[in-house]
Amino acid sequence: MITRRAALLSATALATTAGLPDLSFAQDTPRRGGVLTVHLNSEQRILNPALRASTGVYIVASKIMEPLVDLKADGSPDPMLATEWSTTPDGKAITFKLRQGVTWHDGKPFTSADVQYTAMEMWKKHLNYGTTLQLYLEAVDTPDKYTAIFRYARPMPLDLLLRALPDLGYIAPRHIYEGTNVLENPANTAPVGTGPFKFVQYERGQFIIAERNPKYWLQGFPYLDRVVWRFITDKSAATAAMETGEVLMSNYSSLALADMDRLKKDARFEVSSRGNEGNASNNTIEFNFRRKELADIRVRRAIVHALDIPFFCENFLYGFGKRGTGPIPSSSQAFFPSEHGPQYPFDLKKANALLDEAGYPKGRDGTRFSLRLVPAPWGEDIALWSTYIQQALTEVGIKIEIVRYDAAGFLTNVYREWNFDLATGWHQYRNDPAVSTTVWYRSGSPKGAPWTNQWGWQSDAVDKVIDDAQSELDPAKRKALYGEFEKLVNTETPLWMAIERQFISVTNKRLRNHHNNPRWPSSHWTDVWLAQ
Amino acid sequence: MRILALAGRRLLASIPTLIIIIAGLFILLQFAPGDTVDALVAQMGGGDAAMIEQLRQHYGLDLPVVTRLANYFWHLIRFDLGFSAIYGKPVATVIFERLPVTLLLMASALSFAFAAGMALGVLAARRVNGWPDTFISTLGLIFYATPSFWLGLMGIVVFAVKLEWLPAGGYIDIAAGYTGWRYALDVALHLLLPTLTLGMIFLAIYLRIMRASMLEVLTLDFVRTARAKGLSETAVVARHVLRNALLPMVTLIGLQAGTMLGGSVVVESVFALPGLGRLAYESVVQRDLNTLLGIVFVSALLVITINFLVDIVYARLDPRIASN
Repeated sequence: MITRRAALLSATALATTAGLPDLSFAQDTPRRGGVLTVHLNSEQRILNPALRASTGVYIVASKIMEPLVDLKADGSPDPMLATEWSTTPDGKAITFKLRQGVTWHDGKPFTSADVQYTAMEMWKKHLNYGTTLQLYLEAVDTPDKYTAIFRYARPMPLDLLLRALPDLGYIAPRHIYEGTNVLENPANTAPVGTGPFKFVQYERGQFIIAERNPKYWLQGFPYLDRVVWRFITDKSAATAAMETGEVLMSNYSSLALADMDRLKKDARFEVSSRGNEGNASNNTIEFNFRRKELADIRVRRAIVHALDIPFFCENFLYGFGKRGTGPIPSSSQAFFPSEHGPQYPFDLKKANALLDEAGYPKGRDGTRFSLRLVPAPWGEDIALWSTYIQQALTEVGIKIEIVRYDAAGFLTNVYREWNFDLATGWHQYRNDPAVSTTVWYRSGSPKGAPWTNQWGWQSDAVDKVIDDAQSELDPAKRKALYGEFEKLVNTETPLWMAIERQFISVTNKRLRNHHNNPRWPSSHWTDVWLAQ
Repeated sequence: MRILALAGRRLLASIPTLIIIIAGLFILLQFAPGDTVDALVAQMGGGDAAMIEQLRQHYGLDLPVVTRLANYFWHLIRFDLGFSAIYGKPVATVIFERLPVTLLLMASALSFAFAAGMALGVLAARRVNGWPDTFISTLGLIFYATPSFWLGLMGIVVFAVKLEWLPAGGYIDIAAGYTGWRYALDVALHLLLPTLTLGMIFLAIYLRIMRASMLEVLTLDFVRTARAKGLSETAVVARHVLRNALLPMVTLIGLQAGTMLGGSVVVESVFALPGLGRLAYESVVQRDLNTLLGIVFVSALLVITINFLVDIVYARLDPRIASN
């Protein structure tokens, strides 16, 4: 077993050997105390990560509540509420040994009963992505207070579960939720957890405050007295707050790209995607196969060939992003394949030839046909990307009409009503392709389920590979299956993960020991400290 | 008594207005693509279809539109604004928490715009076509033409980021934990830039109206009579001209109460103020129908109340109005 302290040390060692510029924390001794103010750009309805898997929830609640495992700097599982794990050879029973001597913030002891209740009543019934992950979870046995055995109807690969749990494995207190309406429990906005910080106050539209948990199980931690999250919806106002020092950190690319580029040159800040490796957000192009032009593979390939991704990244994204190679991003150490299958580099000649071949010659005005593009409203990069697609495709004679909606309108039009030709947004990779990536390609998803295959595309070969990989117990074989999967979908291009991106954090350099694991903005912040 | 009768008639007439506003908005919002569950799912970053369907039932979105509208009015009759899907609290509570900030911002911006606009308008009218008039009118034109978000951001850049005199946003300094007078001062400091930003555009309007109305009144016979009596110029302006010139200004306050609520959306966003305008925007984006209708209801009440007060002030300024 590896303790958290050892994990922290190894994180420091890794950071040092990687030759990172900010080495000051290696020399300074951590200081206790201080208030960390963090920028939040949207109001949250629920602050319980056992019910809502979302970055907006994690950035607050992961300091208050804890998952069974988190991620270490090298991407391997970091023991949190679970200290050991093992699986039976058939993969149908996975045993977690739980940490002893942990208490909830209200003083009650943490036991396997909490794990059982959370898994069966929250992850399996309400948690987005959790309901699919735990679809075959039949029961959680609790032979003693510190053992929880997950029983599955179909084999569950241990490595898949461990990679999913940092996001989908938060534990909620049974004694507070049992016998209540889980979705309306007041603890959802005033979370009670076991984490390093205790919830204090949630003032709607203004701030959330959490303070040091003096009885935290990791002795001597956390360093900070308080964490304050401030709601600032306007990007320019948030940048101003960073510059005046009223806010010390902004995560998940919440500032304007131009401002981040400017702050990068300011010695007071670190602007980087370090510590966000576990959270790739690819820019996509989604094709509606109900349009006869787009059902033709030559047209889809032509579209991808017509887009100059390096040019776009350099000139629109200030270099924050690179060409995507397929559904599995390069940051995924466990699954990034060595061969990706066909790639479609920028080539206008080829694009034009493919379109001619498909039987869509240029008309007198130079247009072959027109398409409606529906961009997602989150992220400045998506707006820029859709404008770029429009301009780039004009070059090969495809006229693009951009139709913008807000979040609810986008989801309704694209996923519920299939009212689009091309759509673009973010695909978020969550450590393992089985968590939230393969659903983009697997057929049979019911109409209206967002971020699933709603394109009208179907491939038995791809469906089979996805299903096989989901219950394959041998990690090496799983990796091979996902390599196979990537080759298949890159050949068919039912959608294209055009740009590989990571979220960008802007951090005031007074902060030390930050971004030292692959999902740092969403993790515990136990060891972060503030210099004077 | 006459004033009261006038007021009563006004209030009675506002009830159908309220009903039309609410029913109209309710129906209008049905045309917006997506509902609160779509917005919720967008915030969560995904979920499966069964869970989404379950949430829709949870929020009562599976009921027909007519039933929902009827339900809403039935609640409203009992002074119940319903339950907010975003905030998980009664709408009345949510609005009540946000109302003070907006009222404070509106009141201070309006007073600032009215007072400064009046003073500058009088000054411009008394030096008509001279350099002070030209200067003030140009200034007014610039303020009127400048978008308020830009003005606000420039204010932040200059006074918060560069000079570090004022806070960049927010309503209070959370970390400081002030109480009593120090708290009031802190709020005042935080509201200074937003007030100026929101007030500037209105100042420009008041300035122009005041100037025009002064110029008009100054040509009237009774002013000539007053001057002929041998009153000093200051006395003429203060006692005879001002009172008559103020009438259109007061009308404007009533008309602009609504506009100001709209303008506060931008200002509250730029300065991260937890006000009603910001809440309204958030409710639209999150498709939180109950909250939005609640805000519209309260804003309509607010505008009606302000107009009511304006009517009374009006009657005081010009007794002929009440007697008609």
